[in-house]
Amino acid sequence: MSDTGSPGDEETIKRMAEDEAALSARLRALSQKLDKASEEAKAAERAQPSNEVNAQGMRLAFRIVGEFVSGVLVGAGLGWLFDRWLGTSPWGMIVLLLLGFVAGVLNVLRAVGKVAPPEARQVSSRAKKK
Amino acid sequence: MANDPIHQFHIQEYFPLGQFGGMEFHFTNSAFAMGATVAIVTGFILLATSKASLIPGRLQSVAELAYEFVANTLRSSAGKEGMRFFPLVFSLFMFILVANFFGMFPYFMTATSQIIVTFALAMTVMLTVVVYGFMRHGFGFLGLFVPHGVPMAVVPLVSAIEIISFLSRPISLSVRLFGNMLAGHITLKVFAGFVASMASLGAIGVGGAILPLAMTVGLTALEFLVAFLQAYIFTVLTCMYLNDALHPGH
Repeated sequence: MSDTGSPGDEETIKRMAEDEAALSARLRALSQKLDKASEEAKAAERAQPSNEVNAQGMRLAFRIVGEFVSGVLVGAGLGWLFDRWLGTSPWGMIVLLLLGFVAGVLNVLRAVGKVAPPEARQVSSRAKKK
Repeated sequence: MANDPIHQFHIQEYFPLGQFGGMEFHFTNSAFAMGATVAIVTGFILLATSKASLIPGRLQSVAELAYEFVANTLRSSAGKEGMRFFPLVFSLFMFILVANFFGMFPYFMTATSQIIVTFALAMTVMLTVVVYGFMRHGFGFLGLFVPHGVPMAVVPLVSAIEIISFLSRPISLSVRLFGNMLAGHITLKVFAGFVASMASLGAIGVGGAILPLAMTVGLTALEFLVAFLQAYIFTVLTCMYLNDALHPGH
């Protein structure tokens, strides 16, 4: 297809150029995407902690789950006992289960050190009073 | 059957011990593991202290290390007064540590992977805390549940939450130890099972089985770490709770 200059040829050339432009744009977008993906993978690899850190995180997770679930379980158990003994079903269960959730959250906050344990808090409040 | 990761936790009854209160009691593999643990700990300490000398031998050094380790932990979180609980804390630490390590032997029951065992240990601690707290402080021990500086109107609510939080301690204490041991041993068994089932697939399987094998080796090392760490965590928390009994604060 040399440039001999018939109008049909010109049209074909124009279309081909457009196609090429579109293709190169797509290629550029794709390569950008690839760059981004590989960068993300690299960043993830950098952020990817070693096995040791993973194990630590798992231990922490176990601990926090245990703290929370035990609070809820004790609340549910106490509620069940209350209802059984006092015949207040279902109110004891409802109230104590909610309190159990609260206690579970308190346990978790204590486990991660956001709330002082009871003794420490009392000591600090005493110190404040003085 | 060999690949069943739960199989290792099955209770096997060795021989019946008789009936108590309408219940049949058997000597099981779990009881054997606990008995062996107690025997090993007692034997070790007796052997290590039998020839007590100023310049410790190898065994005596290990025993002294264990003593110093537990004593330092107890002293740092419960103070000098906490040393009166030393026998309890040291027994707990040694029992859990040795029971955890026993579980690392193949074909050996891990006594601490059963919730009833860890719960009994946790209840021992909590009952000690409650009984000693009441003995020493009377009803002042209940001050633990009434924080200062809280408006009177919300004291019942806060106290209820504090009581539930206190009651949840033995559960979280026992579930942590039990969960860690159970999960660790199941993971180990699952990866070991991969090795066996892949290797039976032929030459490619044998090549592929190297990966789970490497993982199993790594996990075994991790399990040893967890076995020690869980015993330590149990001990530290025990010390913290005993501190509550000594100083309920008011």
